[in-house]
Amino acid sequence: MAGPDRRGKSGLPGAGSQPGGAGSELDRRLRDLDSALAQKRPAPEAEAERQPVGGSAGFGNALRLSSEFVAAIIVGAGLGWFFDRLAGTSPIGLIVLLLIGFAAGVLNVMRAAGQVAEFGAVGRAGDGGSPGKDGDGGPKDK
Amino acid sequence: MANDPIHQFQISKIVPIEIGGLDFSFTNSSAFMVATVVLAGGFLYLTTSSRGLIPSRLQSVSEMSYEFVAGMLRESAGTHGMKFFPLVFSLFMFVLVANLIGMFPYFFTVTSHIIVTFALAMLVIGTVLVYGFWKHGFGFLKLFVPSGVPMVLLPLVVAIEIISFLSRPISLSVRLFANMLAGHITLKVFAGFITMLGSLGAVGVAGAVLPLFMTVALTGLEFLVAFLQAYVFAILTCMYLNDAIHPGH
Repeated sequence: MAGPDRRGKSGLPGAGSQPGGAGSELDRRLRDLDSALAQKRPAPEAEAERQPVGGSAGFGNALRLSSEFVAAIIVGAGLGWFFDRLAGTSPIGLIVLLLIGFAAGVLNVMRAAGQVAEFGAVGRAGDGGSPGKDGDGGPKDK
Repeated sequence: MANDPIHQFQISKIVPIEIGGLDFSFTNSSAFMVATVVLAGGFLYLTTSSRGLIPSRLQSVSEMSYEFVAGMLRESAGTHGMKFFPLVFSLFMFVLVANLIGMFPYFFTVTSHIIVTFALAMLVIGTVLVYGFWKHGFGFLKLFVPSGVPMVLLPLVVAIEIISFLSRPISLSVRLFANMLAGHITLKVFAGFITMLGSLGAVGVAGAVLPLFMTVALTGLEFLVAFLQAYVFAILTCMYLNDAIHPGH
């Protein structure tokens, strides 16, 4: 699970708060806690690279793959069928869009497996704080 | 409720309501949706009402679920994504609690109906589209145009990307629905084997131990799936919202 270790870390400072003396002392400690938490927050992103490999996140990814593939084919076939009904080009639209649907399905699966960049990942690489691929970047390292 | 594995998904009207020829009946599905919301909201409200600096057990469960979703959203959509936290957290809690409620015997599983999961998925995709166009205007369409693709291939690539995008609500809803449906049917079928074998005398009773083990194991697996599907739904919501916040360049 991706949660527990992150939780453990942020829960840690709270556990260390003994019954304090003055209110200002408490305020100071709360501020310290805030800054300590702010420092800790970027850290999980580095961990995220290897987190999804095992455990339930990996299982979650596995459950994703099949439905990603099938959904794109269904959408392709559906669009093709709909287009044919509108335009009266009976088999052509279904055939073409079904094939494109297959391609989109493969793209979906490779994206879910972290083999291909996400939508618009090139632009986001410069943002720094928002690595869109992190959630499933793990399999790439294998 | 004898041995029909599909019977558990039947919708029955509790309070029939009809407005203008449309059926607005309050069904068992609606009742369990209300129960889900009440349970999730009530749990979060009651456990956090004391606001202890040192949390009690239940308060820390609430805080853990908050931290879990907040961390997930921050990781995949960045700090800008935190404005969508209420949406993602509500979706996560709703799906999780609905899945877990469904694990009680004789209870109805809301998420085993595709219309419910599809509505949730359309809510997500609708938010992505509305926010994307509102924030970036037609620049949002750059999402479908990957950079560095030769001009000749561009129409094909854009078509593939559009179908890939359109398949998102489908895969989001079908995944959740199919997992819950298949899991509950499998459980029911194996549990049915126990009674069927049990009526066959001594040999049957001895044989019934096998499906009993299977049912126990599957129940455990179903609890895992119930959590995982809520997790997958929430993390994909985060990733799709990320596209709305940062579409391409």
